[in-house]
Amino acid sequence: MELHEHRRTLVVAGNGMVGHKLLEILVERGATAEWDIVTFCEEGRPAYDRVGLSSFFNGTSADELSLVSPGFFDQLGLTIHMGDAVASIDRQSGEVVSDKGLRIPYEAVVLATGSFPFVPPVPGKDTPGCFVYRTLDDLEAIREYAAGCRVGAVVGGGLLGLEAANALRSLGLDTHVVEFAERLMPVQVDEGGGSVLRRRIEDLGVHVHTGMATTEIVTAKSGGVGAMRFKEGDDLPVDLVVFSAGIRPRDQLARDAGLAVGERGGVVVDDACRTSDPKIFAIGECALYGGRIFGLVSPGYQMARVAADRILGGEAAFTGADMSTKLKLMGIDVASFGDAFATEPGNEAITYRDPVANVYKRLVLGPPDRRGDRKVAGGILVGDAAVYQTLLQMCRGDMPSPKHPEELIFPAGSGAAVPAVGVGALPGTAMVCSCNNVDKGTICAAVAAGCDSVGTIKGITKAGTGCGGCVPLVTDILKDEQGKAGVVVANTLCEHFAYSRQELFDIVRVHRITSFSEVLAAHGTGEGCEICKPAVASMLASLANGHILDGERAALQDTNDHFLANLQRDGTYSVVPRVPGGEITPDQLIALGEVAKEFNLYTKITGGQRIDLFGARVDQLPHIWRRLIDAGMESGHAYGKALRTVKSCVGQTWCRFGVQDSTTLAIDLELRYRGLRAPHKIKGAVSGCTRECAEAQGKDFGVIATEKGWNVYVGGNGGVRPKHAELLAANLDRDTVLRYIDRFLMFYVRTADRLERTAVWLDKLEGGIEYLRRVVIDDVLGICAELEADMARHVDTYECEWKAVVDDPERMERFRTFVNSDEQDPNVVFVTERGQIRPAFDHEKADPALLTIGAKP
Amino acid sequence: MTVIMSKVWVDVCPLEKLIPGRGVCALVGGLQVAVFRIVGEEIYAISNFDPFSRAFVLSRGIVGSKAERLKVASPIYKQSFDLDTGVCLDDATVSVRTFEVRVEGGIVQVASP
Repeated sequence: MELHEHRRTLVVAGNGMVGHKLLEILVERGATAEWDIVTFCEEGRPAYDRVGLSSFFNGTSADELSLVSPGFFDQLGLTIHMGDAVASIDRQSGEVVSDKGLRIPYEAVVLATGSFPFVPPVPGKDTPGCFVYRTLDDLEAIREYAAGCRVGAVVGGGLLGLEAANALRSLGLDTHVVEFAERLMPVQVDEGGGSVLRRRIEDLGVHVHTGMATTEIVTAKSGGVGAMRFKEGDDLPVDLVVFSAGIRPRDQLARDAGLAVGERGGVVVDDACRTSDPKIFAIGECALYGGRIFGLVSPGYQMARVAADRILGGEAAFTGADMSTKLKLMGIDVASFGDAFATEPGNEAITYRDPVANVYKRLVLGPPDRRGDRKVAGGILVGDAAVYQTLLQMCRGDMPSPKHPEELIFPAGSGAAVPAVGVGALPGTAMVCSCNNVDKGTICAAVAAGCDSVGTIKGITKAGTGCGGCVPLVTDILKDEQGKAGVVVANTLCEHFAYSRQELFDIVRVHRITSFSEVLAAHGTGEGCEICKPAVASMLASLANGHILDGERAALQDTNDHFLANLQRDGTYSVVPRVPGGEITPDQLIALGEVAKEFNLYTKITGGQRIDLFGARVDQLPHIWRRLIDAGMESGHAYGKALRTVKSCVGQTWCRFGVQDSTTLAIDLELRYRGLRAPHKIKGAVSGCTRECAEAQGKDFGVIATEKGWNVYVGGNGGVRPKHAELLAANLDRDTVLRYIDRFLMFYVRTADRLERTAVWLDKLEGGIEYLRRVVIDDVLGICAELEADMARHVDTYECEWKAVVDDPERMERFRTFVNSDEQDPNVVFVTERGQIRPAFDHEKADPALLTIGAKP
Repeated sequence: MTVIMSKVWVDVCPLEKLIPGRGVCALVGGLQVAVFRIVGEEIYAISNFDPFSRAFVLSRGIVGSKAERLKVASPIYKQSFDLDTGVCLDDATVSVRTFEVRVEGGIVQVASP
């Protein structure tokens, strides 16, 4: 790099997100050729992602939160003083003085000192156990102190307060939020949105108190926090308090230096981000522009861009910022944009509220134009913010508003036609990432240049690296551009159907198709194969019971389903009757033993608490089943991609530790879902206490008893890639357990790929468990009633497939080894091992002395 | 002396007993033969022996097509065999034998070799 002889010095006070963004922009624009840039960082760590702070409690490390690329401060012309801060600015001599006594003559200064958390002046606010939520050091201190605590409270129910509450929750504390205003997030949402948000947060187990003024923090005997006292009402016993009641600009440097500051704080800046001293700039949360503090990262970055340009002699101007926000608080979507409160003249609001799904949407429309059309002017979305990006683009004028914008907030299927507004409709100039000023055109160019993932787009364009709110939009643009370029990731079932399993399932469901030949003729090619035939057979079975061997469906089944038994390596089958919940009577055990002896079957206990009988020939199967059915047993569907078992422990019925009747619930669940055909096998379990003897967390659905009810887990499995199930919902009553599992299973049946277990399906589900909760608990898709009805139909029409066979001579006739002879397959031969049969290996078949031929009925 | 080897046709079963798209196993001159009905009187017969698992199971496989070829997939490890030629479509070095088949007076028959 060519260095100018006359070098100038720029001092940047503060290395937070905005201060660091300024350094990056200056470096990128080559400022270090002329400038020595000296920055002071008060904290022990250089810039890190404060927006993502709460992820620190979910395992994200301080290093991962860092915004400083490796080697950044090693560049010539850049100096950072860690653990030191600017103490004063001597405008007379043109020097800054640091806490540690450094004196640095400057040509220009940028104040990026940010803000500090406001702590209301209540008695006891400095008691041990009181914290603020601003820096990584704060979080570390909270984590350390929380280890000995049970109850935590956050003072402040705004955006940051709820972030802090989520953090306390993830630390395992019983969490309270105390808000002075009458609703949560009063700055972003209105009353309707606030009440929906409140209900959703309460559903997560967080206690919300609004309209409460904290008057004192009461000290416990231990010397730490003991309780909170309010203007009205009883004391709230707490062990830890986090103050998050807003921010105040850190403007002391400016005050001391005699710069203009606002009445309620903030360094006054003009649209060049200059303070009242033209050599001194202020950006970010310490700056006051147009009488306003901008407490978001995106406007801060815009200010950094303006200040950098001005320092380098440019003319960029800051003219205020869009305070639109969309965030996910505790998994809940909250968005607020434009004139959210309809305060501008002529603007009017339309609201949509679904108290069942707990969704609130408010759309603000501008005044009608001369044709009577109204443009989107703002809005509030709580619980479902899927339309945020579309509405925001319309609000900004990047995209035309449709004729009836209000239809955008009503759910699909409500009768209002929702216009399909894809990202393809966005012009290239549409702003996608306002944190980093990246428009759609830039992203499209990156895709055209070969970026094929969101990660590479982030790396090249920086889109999505600020607050991260635009990542879904970036993803959609990527897919849209790839689609246009013909890059298609095929997920088709097989050569006969150009559809994924989910798409084909919808075709079969929507068109009420009842046969394979019908779907093949209308939507496929060729004759079908061993992939699509069983897949379609499974769909037909999931959508309407009816015997799987009836009519044409018989030809679709895999051999296991065709013979209603499990094919083994030598061509014989194994038989597994259902043992619901693993509970079996002595008489049934004796009957099983007698059948095994009579037909000379090998017996083994399975992992699902049942008994497997091996070595049955095709022609023996109906005779074996006649006996089992007479003994009161039924098909266990071990041969099907279907519900297998619901394992259980004995629960409180016998166990000293059990807190609920796990066996009864397991039996209820197994009988409810028996015979349900699915993309893959399904296993369940119910444990009677947290000791989890039934291993419910290793199952597709698992239920664990608590003192208060039942916790439901989903998406676990053993097998090749073992995976623990994830908690879907806690402390449910029995009926709710059934309802949620009904919905979960049917949603899985509808949407999973062929041979995809719930664990993989859940992994691939965008949004994961949180999205699943929104679908099966909050019903954001509005399909829960349908899913429950599908399951109810299954439960009502279930019949034992084996009983239907042994009762029907025509079906019985299919169970023959040879269609034209009563002889047996001479190649099925057994040897004896540990007192039971097993198939002979080839070398043993040559030695007649070793062989035992299976006894014939 | 010239010996004229005449084919012996062995009865399998009445045509209507065969489910379109499905197979059965018949014993023909001591050999296990898998007989498949596609539609109408379109019938194929190949050996019931699956060379990959060494079990006699091909009659229990699912019938389908690969491009223009009709095939059956072994129920054990799922290799497909061409119903017309007996050649394995996943490994052309492996094949199973094929049999002549006809429908005579409503009865499906396989030629005993």
